[in-house]
This record gives sequence, structure tokens and C-alpha cells, in this order.
Amino acid sequence: MAEVLVLVDHVGGTVRKTTSELLTIARRIGEPSAVFIGDGYDAAKGVLAAFGAQKVYRVDAAEATAYLVAPQAEILAQIAGAASPAAILVASSAEGKEVAARLAIKLSSGLVTDAVGVDVTDGAITTTQSVFAGSYTVKASVNRGTPIIAVKPNSAAPEESPSSPSEESVAYTPSGASAAAAIVSTVPKAASGRPELTEAAIVVSGGRGTGGDFSKVEAFADSLGAAVGASRAAVDAGWYPHTSQVGQTGKQVSPSLYVACGISGAIQHRAGMQTSKTIIAVNKDPEAPIFELVDFGVVGDLFAVLPDATAKVAAAKG
Amino acid sequence: MNIVVCVKHVPDAQGDRTFRESDNTTDRANVDGLLSELDEYAVETALQLVEADGGEVTVVTMGPDQASDAIKKALQMGADKGVHICDDALHGSDAVATSLVLAKAIEKLGPVDLVVTGMASTDGTMGVVPAMLAERLGLPQVTFASEISVADGAVTIRRDGDAGSQTIRSGLPALVSVTDQINEPRYPSFKGIMAAKKKPVESWTLADVGVGPDEVGLGAAWTTVSSFAARPPRGAGTIVSDDGTGADQLVAFLSERKFV
Repeated sequence: MAEVLVLVDHVGGTVRKTTSELLTIARRIGEPSAVFIGDGYDAAKGVLAAFGAQKVYRVDAAEATAYLVAPQAEILAQIAGAASPAAILVASSAEGKEVAARLAIKLSSGLVTDAVGVDVTDGAITTTQSVFAGSYTVKASVNRGTPIIAVKPNSAAPEESPSSPSEESVAYTPSGASAAAAIVSTVPKAASGRPELTEAAIVVSGGRGTGGDFSKVEAFADSLGAAVGASRAAVDAGWYPHTSQVGQTGKQVSPSLYVACGISGAIQHRAGMQTSKTIIAVNKDPEAPIFELVDFGVVGDLFAVLPDATAKVAAAKG
Repeated sequence: MNIVVCVKHVPDAQGDRTFRESDNTTDRANVDGLLSELDEYAVETALQLVEADGGEVTVVTMGPDQASDAIKKALQMGADKGVHICDDALHGSDAVATSLVLAKAIEKLGPVDLVVTGMASTDGTMGVVPAMLAERLGLPQVTFASEISVADGAVTIRRDGDAGSQTIRSGLPALVSVTDQINEPRYPSFKGIMAAKKKPVESWTLADVGVGPDEVGLGAAWTTVSSFAARPPRGAGTIVSDDGTGADQLVAFLSERKFV
């Protein structure tokens, strides 16, 4: 069986959940080979083996992580040149999509981004995407070169399949063009103790209706073990950081449950959450467009409903 | 400083965006279009840099006849001149072909200090053309800028990623993409609208940029859209008015769906 390259998405060896989803998808196509770039391999090793990597390509050259995006694409192209993989999978994050973009040009290969599903029939790969703010579902396939697919978080349920991957160390020296945009410094995101927004099973978001007070939204989120998101209106007002923005120009999330609190549901917001499996809204305005999307809606004041609901969820969980 | 800004004319997200039944491409004819909102931030970035240090802003777009409206808007905001690459063979082009045509056009324009783009279009929303342009042009990729400064022949940006906030720096020339956090795009003034009428806009064909018709368009796309389907409308949900029992009913729903 042909190899399927999976670019490991990690921070210092802490592997993101998306990678276990990618390895699960890769097993449908062929034999997963993880590509691990940077420090922290010892911490990542166990996860890669648990989700069925047959092989791990390790790149620990310092230059590989000293420059933005370009080295990662160069490394994948280098490995793909030798391995002739059946497909290359990356996480559909801003950075993952950029790596995929450069790789597509290097390998003269077709690229699909933002895939929410990857189906394999007789070796042929078909992707599913959700477009135009979630109003259409598109099926597509790559017709040239090695399919390069950027897959969104929560597109597959990760399934364990323990393996003992072989390891191959890959030497890498960046080309002049790749050693150009230097990463001068990185300020890690402050730990919130909550799940990562794009990976969370439940997301509770606040908007204009919070008036800037996110405490009730956060408390309700914590009762459910959820991530906290914000609408563009709330972010533009400076109430919540841009990294928590859900919407077209923020994060696109697809959790099992999305709870919109004090969010009207403009197209800009819907583009980021419309593919959520179950949607709940709490809003004072019965005419808010968000109510067109919901499975369950409460027309009411979030400052009354959320604290009450938080207490009841906590009681139910004992 | 010579700055090229790449912009896109897109179907208005407030309207009903759809596909053409005949070839599964985005319907650009039967909908109102406009300059992609995210490209306004790129135009504003270029204008501010030139206002500070002098230079010229050239706006480049690729698309059907009506795409010239995107150039017009950028000229009204204050850009100096425009180039519209328009050719029937471009219909159905994917990001790969788009980046090829834009790269060739930028090369034809001659030496530039910065190429500036938005973070993504508001229709395709892939966000990959900036990285592809950097790859094709061999320029440093300095993308997703939420802050930018240019000094001493170098560009420095703040890029807010999933893991943290990065400072990225490279020499010029470079390719920069900007987010909607970077500035507040200006509205065209009356003076700007009048001045735009006299600004030069060149119309180029594929031959003008040295790209063959077999390298672009639907036939040359490296991906094939096999089908599209409108998402089924969500079943009408239950909506209750909070009469004091809203939270109870909410939690009952959560527990019925096994979230609690």
C-alpha cells in the first residue's frame, strides 16, 4: 500500500487532536506516514503510534522552524519526491493551508482546502466542503498529481490503531527563497484552561448582547467543558481577543454543540458556525436571524438565562 | 515605494450566492458583485505606507468585465492606477491558475517593493493565493499581518496564529497579506471618486501576460467539482420565550441530546 503523508500539527510536541483525525483518515487511503517537524518528538511519539502511523519522518533542523511556512512546504516536497505518496494531508488551519498552497505549486498537484469529509472508494478520493457560509455542500476531487488535502478539525472521529512506526531522520537545508521570512519571536497564547476553539466538542459564544461582560458566557461554557468564542461585533468592540472570533474572518468551527449568546447571526458569523451539528441560541430579540438556524432557542435575557442554566447543568452533573 | 495590491471582485455575501448548473462554477453573472471586503484592508495598508514614505499603488485584478468595479473602488479609495486581466479563457480558473496569472502580471509590471493582498477572498475563502504568489514569485511570504511596519528596507508584521502571536520580519521586496484587524479601511471621498475617473486602468489579455489559454480556466483546474447541493434547511427548531423557565427548558434540551 502506498504511503499517505500526514503533517503533524503540534506545539513543542503536544499534538493537536486534528492530527489523530488526519491519521484516521489516512488509514482509509493507505499507510499513514507522519511528518514531524521541530522539537518535542518524544512527547508526540506515543500519539502518532496510537493512531496508526506506520512510519515517522523526523526533521529537527533548526532552520525548519526558523522561517514562516515555506520550509514546511519544502520538506514535504522533498519527502514526497522520494516516497511518491498516494495523498498528503494537512490540518486546514491558516498555516496548514499555506503549507498546502506552496506544496501544490511545487508538486504541480491539485489542492482541496477546508475539507469536512474525505471519502475513499476503490482508491479514489472524494472530498466534501461546505461553502458560501455553509449554504452549499460541494464534492470535489483532485485530478492532477498527488492529492493535497487540508482537512478541518472534527471532520472524522479519531480511531486508535496501535502501531510501532519506523523512524527516518530527514536532513533539511532551506533554499534561499525559503529562508526569507524569519520568525523573530513567538508569544505563546495565554492558557485559558479551556479546550481549543476549533477542536472543541462544545462552543459557547458571546456577542453584542453581552455588553462586554463575558463572565456569564464563560461560566456557562465551563459548566459544559466548552470553548468560548466571540462574534466579530464583540471582538471589534475590544471585549474579547480576535483569536476567539468565530466567523468568516475568524475561526470556522464545527462542534457537536454551538451555543450563541447575544449574537444576532449575521452572515459573517454564520460562515463560522453554520456546520455545527446542534445549535442553540439565547437572544432578547425574537427577530434575530440566528433563530432561523437553531435546534433550540430561548428568547430572553442571557444575564438571566445563563446563570440559571449554569447552576442547573452543574447540579445535573453532580 | 512601489506597491502592487491584488484584489478580487466577488459575489455579494448578503445576496444569494450559488453555482452555475452547467459547469459547477461560482455564478458571477446573476448576482451583485463588489470588491471583496477583505481586500479593502489590503488597499488601505498600501495607501497608508505610500502616504508615509511616498511611492505608487497599482491595483491588479483578474476576472470578467464587471471585475473592473473592484479596481474602480480601489482607485476611489486612493490607489494610483489599475490593471484588469480579462480573458474569456479565464472562466473557471482555480487558485493555482489565478496565482499564475497574477504572478505573471506582477512580473510584467516591473520591480516592486511590496505585493499586498487580503487574507482570503470572501467567496472561495481558501486563503491560499497569497502563499502561492510568494512561491511563484520567489518572494518572502509575510502573511496574515495584523500589524505592519516598513523601515530600513525590511517589513515586520504581527501574525496571530493558533499557538501564539508571532513577529515575522523579512527584507524587501516581499509579499504581505493582511487581516481585518490591521486597520479601518477609508470610505472613498467625493474628491476621490472624481479623481478616480481620470486614473489609468489598463486591460490585459492572457497573451499580454504570457500565459497560454491551456494553462487556465476550468479545463486546466487541478481539482474537479463533481457536484454541489444546497444544504438542506435546518428543521424548524423549538423556540421558547423565557418566562422564568427558559433555563429549565434549555437544560432539559441539553440533557435530551445527551450534552449533560
